[in-house]
Amino acid sequence: MSANERAVGEGVWTDRILGLVAWLVGFIYFFPILWLIINSTKDEVTANATPTLDYSPSLDRYREVTETSVGLLGAGEAFTNSAITSVVSTLIVLLLAIPAAYALAIYPVKKWRDALFFFISTKFLPLVASILPLWILARQFDLLNTRLVLIILYTAMNLPLAVWMLRSFFQEVPRELVEAAEIDGTSLIGVLRSVVIPIAAPGIAATGLLCLIFAWNEYFFAVQLNAADAQTVPIWVTTNISTRGNFIAKLSAASVLASIPVVIAGWVAQKRMIRGLAMGAIK
Amino acid sequence: MASVTYHKATRFYPGTERPAVAEFDLEIPDGELLVLVGPSGSGKSTALRMLAGLEPLDGGQIKIGDRDVSNVRPRDRDIAMVFQNYALYPQLTVAQNMGFALKQQKVPKEERRKRVEEAARILDLTPYLDRKPKNLSGGQRQRVAMGRAIVRSPQVFLMDEPLSNLDAKLRVQTRTELAELQERLGVTTVYVTHDQVEAMTMGHRVAVLKDGILQQCDTPQNLYHHPANAFVAGFIGSPAMNLVPITPADGAARLGGHRLGFGDAEGDIDLGAALTVGFRPEAARLGDDGPLEARIRTIEDLGSEVFVHLVVAHEGDDIQIVAKTASPFGGRNGDNVRVSLGGPVHVFGADGERVASTNATLA
Repeated sequence: MSANERAVGEGVWTDRILGLVAWLVGFIYFFPILWLIINSTKDEVTANATPTLDYSPSLDRYREVTETSVGLLGAGEAFTNSAITSVVSTLIVLLLAIPAAYALAIYPVKKWRDALFFFISTKFLPLVASILPLWILARQFDLLNTRLVLIILYTAMNLPLAVWMLRSFFQEVPRELVEAAEIDGTSLIGVLRSVVIPIAAPGIAATGLLCLIFAWNEYFFAVQLNAADAQTVPIWVTTNISTRGNFIAKLSAASVLASIPVVIAGWVAQKRMIRGLAMGAIK
Repeated sequence: MASVTYHKATRFYPGTERPAVAEFDLEIPDGELLVLVGPSGSGKSTALRMLAGLEPLDGGQIKIGDRDVSNVRPRDRDIAMVFQNYALYPQLTVAQNMGFALKQQKVPKEERRKRVEEAARILDLTPYLDRKPKNLSGGQRQRVAMGRAIVRSPQVFLMDEPLSNLDAKLRVQTRTELAELQERLGVTTVYVTHDQVEAMTMGHRVAVLKDGILQQCDTPQNLYHHPANAFVAGFIGSPAMNLVPITPADGAARLGGHRLGFGDAEGDIDLGAALTVGFRPEAARLGDDGPLEARIRTIEDLGSEVFVHLVVAHEGDDIQIVAKTASPFGGRNGDNVRVSLGGPVHVFGADGERVASTNATLA
């Protein structure tokens, strides 16, 4: 065997071992979710007993958690509220963040470093520390228990992140393309619309999906400001916790349902994100 | 179509001491292909970008035709630019790329199509009109960039090193095509390059820049034969002109210990101060009977001509000069040869400016 062949052989073994380790780590990460899914197909008694795979799976828990009963928060209502607050806030975030990121990336304004730091510094304050003034303001403006208050807060919450992400995507747009478009007769808005946005589209999509996920998952503001009305999915999941009787199977079913949109969005975002990050390489 | 005038155009980049382009004066008549050439950092690209409106002016003005465009936005200057990396819109097809500017000008669709097809025909791009730039070769992309400029029929073409991303062979071929195309369209063109061969072969006139200052603007022949200063003399021509610093003694200039006679130009030259003497490789004659003794360092035989790099003892130092001779050349590295001067010699003063050009003799 020549030295070359041996080197190739060693490479294959390294790859196999690394592959095995990757699968193992992946399984460890995925195990709690698998557990959740299995529990959601059991009845409460089996779910609370010693774990076993010897049971007859059913979708009854899903039926139970999605049944609407009078006076209680229904799944349909919670999903609608979550969808509206997440989608609307994300659209507003993109609408505001795209021009901001353009100003910071393509023709940096004076003190752009300070501007960028200001954006991210708004995330430094602990949410708990800000909730009392927020609650008072919301009450003052009659916004408690409305979708609007969550839309405003989710927009504010995601805006810094979106500006930072979009700025780095926009910086990948070759400068000459912007200049070519300027010479070709496009206005500022035209350059944004016909050059920057199409080229940075994968990055914009990734940013939007990430904002969507963060808004969908948000619990703290929702539970503090919207405890009585316009409740979102995370609150609905917790309504399945009861003080009497077992609830693990039902809670598992609700958790799985709440996670499905995020899993889909995350999967799409991941593909787009990789394209977005590779964007700079395509010229 | 129109002329272009730079009048004391100046550009400072923020945070720099020296202007990138300083009081640049240049008049480019209608239909001329003017080449801006210089080493990197000479301000040639900045001067072009000032004309494009991509760099603001910090002083002076720029006119296209009779119109002062100093404060006019790029899109209102009626210019088209070809970029070094072509700057094609990746999401648009070749046809859409070429028609983009017309679409912005709200040219009707039918006329747009006609003009794009016409440009594609001129540039041999018709089969590729529906392709995206990423599915084209480098040469094709370059032609699309050209096509995007010509469909607009602008007043002025601006070209920023448009050939430097092509391989050597294609570059030479495209160079000729581009010059022919410019001739045919008759559009005033400002062309930036760092390659003096490109400048010499393409330009009707060539403007040489250094450190943001215009050194000389003239026809390629005049730049070659009558350089205004030592920088232009050394920059234009390949291999470069031989430039030898000389400290005259006893009222005479000596090259390798041999007295240089400047003929009737003698009166123009101050032999009391340091000089630089320049002569082209073709002015250095190799033979058995020349006055100057030299040793062969290397020989570059290009087939049609031979450049012989020589070492000469001069004012206590070894200096290098290059001589051009016909092929075949019988010498070898390390051989001793004798050199005489058989062509014009340029004399530059201590400030680098040319004082005289004359057929000098070496005694």
